[in-house]
Amino acid sequence: MSLRGLEGDRRRQRREIGWRLLFTSAAGGTILVSAAIVVSLAGEAWTFLANVDLSALWDIGWFPRRGMYDIKTLVVGTLLVAGIAMIIAAPLGLGAAVYLSEYADRRLRKTLKPILEILAGIPSVVLGYFALTFITPDLLKPIFGNEVAAFNMLAAGIGVGILTIPLVASISEDALRAVPTSLREASFGLGASKLTTTVRVVIPAAVSGIVASLIVGLSRAIGETMVVAIAAGATGGSLFSWNVLQPGQTMTAAMAALAIGSDRVRGDDYAFQSLFFLGLLLFVATLTLNVISERLVRRFRQRY
Amino acid sequence: MVTRSPASDARLGAEAVRRALTAKRADTRGLVFRLALLTCLLVSLLVLVVLLADTVLGSLSVWRTRGLADFVRSPLSADPAVAGIWQAFYGSAILMAFVVALAVPLGVATAIYLEEYASDSRLAQVINANIRNLAGVPSIVYGLLGLALFVKALGSVTGPEVFGRSLISGGLTLAPLALPVIVIAAAEALRAVPDSIREAAVGVGATPWQTIRHHVLPVAAPGILTGIILSVGRAFGEAAPLLLVGGITTFFQQAAGSGFLEVLQGRFSALPVLVFSWSRLPQEEFRALTAALIVVMLVLLLAINGTAIYLRQRYEKEL
Repeated sequence: MSLRGLEGDRRRQRREIGWRLLFTSAAGGTILVSAAIVVSLAGEAWTFLANVDLSALWDIGWFPRRGMYDIKTLVVGTLLVAGIAMIIAAPLGLGAAVYLSEYADRRLRKTLKPILEILAGIPSVVLGYFALTFITPDLLKPIFGNEVAAFNMLAAGIGVGILTIPLVASISEDALRAVPTSLREASFGLGASKLTTTVRVVIPAAVSGIVASLIVGLSRAIGETMVVAIAAGATGGSLFSWNVLQPGQTMTAAMAALAIGSDRVRGDDYAFQSLFFLGLLLFVATLTLNVISERLVRRFRQRY
Repeated sequence: MVTRSPASDARLGAEAVRRALTAKRADTRGLVFRLALLTCLLVSLLVLVVLLADTVLGSLSVWRTRGLADFVRSPLSADPAVAGIWQAFYGSAILMAFVVALAVPLGVATAIYLEEYASDSRLAQVINANIRNLAGVPSIVYGLLGLALFVKALGSVTGPEVFGRSLISGGLTLAPLALPVIVIAAAEALRAVPDSIREAAVGVGATPWQTIRHHVLPVAAPGILTGIILSVGRAFGEAAPLLLVGGITTFFQQAAGSGFLEVLQGRFSALPVLVFSWSRLPQEEFRALTAALIVVMLVLLLAINGTAIYLRQRYEKEL
C-alpha cells in the first residue's frame, strides 16, 4: 500500500479541504473586522481634516456643532480623568496583586480573588451611576464642600479607577507569580526578610509585567466612556478647564454626548465627521499603549 | 546550685543561640507592609459592598410600591410613576441573541483554525496579533464602526424607517465587540485539551476534522461554553457602542402588532443604555428606578456568570 492509499477516498479528502477552508476563512474574517474599523475611521476622519479649518482645532472649547473643535479640551480632560484613575488603580491594584501572589496562602487566595473578579464584571454604567450618586455627594462633598460640582471629573476618575483595579491586579499578579520560587528561596537563604525579598527581589524581577499592567490599565482608562459620560457631565464640560472638581469632557464622553445630542447626527456641519476624528485618535492611542505592553509582557515570559 | 563544667557551658551557649534564632522578633516594618497590601485588597471589597448596598437600598422603594413584575413589564415612560424597562429588557435579550448567533460561530471557528489547523503559520500569527489588538480597542470605537457601516452605509437595509438606527444595527455592532473575547477564551479551552487525545485519534486513522469533531471539541466544550457565556455577559453591560448606533435614551413606542422583522428594523433600547439616560434625569424619583434597574441588571449578570462558574467547576472536576 502506497502513502497515497492511506489518505482515503476522494470524497473524504474533499470534505477535509472544505472544513479547513471554512475555518481558514472564518479566521480571515476577523481581519476584516480590523480592516473595517480602520477604513471607516480613517475615511471620515480624512473628510473632517480636509474640510475643517485647522485653526478650529485650537479654540476655547469643544463645540462641534458651532465649528469649534478644540482638541486640547478633550485631551486634557482625558489625561486628567485617566491620571486620577491611575492614582487610584495603580497602588490598589498592585497592592492587591502583591498580597495575593506573595502573602496569601491558597485558601485565602481562593476567597479573596473572586472579589476582584466580581469587580471586573460590573458594567461601567453601574460605576457611572455610583460615581454620580455616591462618590460625589457622599465622598467628595464632605471633603471639598461646595467647590464640587454635581458632575465632576474627580468622581469620574475615581469611578474609572475602580474599574481599572481588577485589570492592573490580574496582569501584575500573573507577572509576580511567573517569578521563579528559586529567586525567593535564594533571597531567604541569604537571610533576607519577607519584606526585603518581596520589595528587592520579586518586584524588580517582575517589573516589566507590572509596567505592562499599568499601561494596559491606562489604555483601558482612556477608552472608558460611560463613567465619564454619566458622572462628569457629557454636555456641561465642553469649555477648556483644568479644574477636576468641575464638569469635564474626555474624548470618549464627547463622542457619546455628540451621538445622543441630536437625532440629526448627519448635519451640514462636520460634527458627524469629528466623531471619527476623535475615534481615530483614540484608536491610535490605545493601540500604541497595547502594543508597548504586549512587548513588555512577552519579555517577562521569555526570561523565565 | 549550678556546677559549671565545659559541657554545661556548651549547653547554655547552644540554648542562647537557639533562642536568638527562634524567639519572636518584632518585624514591625514587615507587618506594616503586609497590612498595607491587605488594605489594598480590602478597599476593593469595601467598594464592592458599598456599591451593592447603596444600589439595593436605593431600589427598595420600587420593589415595595411597584413589584418586580410590574417594573419589568411596564413600557418606558417619562413619568416615573409608571415607567418600566420592558423595551430595554427585550432589546437587550435580542442583542444578546445577535451576539450568540454571529460572534460565537465565527469566534469558535477562528479559535479552531488557530489552535488545530495552523498553530505556527504566518497567517495564524497575523490573526493572533489582530485578535489581541481587537480585544484592546475601546468599545466606543466599535460603535463608530457600526455608525459608519450599519447605520450610514447600510441604513436602508438595517432600518429603512429609522435611518438605520435599529435593533439590527445594534446587534451587528455588539457582535464584533464580543468576537475577540470569544476567540481568546475558546483558543484557551482548546489548548487545554491534552495532545494525547489528538494523537490517539490520528493514530486510529481519523482525519483532522474527525479528530476535532469527535475528540477535541467534546473535551473542550465546557471550557468554550464558559468563555462564550462570560463574553456574552460583558457584551450585555456595554452601553457606549449602542449610544452611537442610536440606542434610545428616552422613551419610544413600538408599533403595536408589528411583525418580528419590523421590530428588528425598528428603534431600540437596552438595559445599560437606560441606566445611562435615567441616571442623568433630574427627577428624584428616577434615582430609585435607576437603582432598581441596576439591581435587575446585576441579577441577570449574576445568573449569566454563575452559570459559567458552575460549568467551569464541573469541568475542572472531570479532568
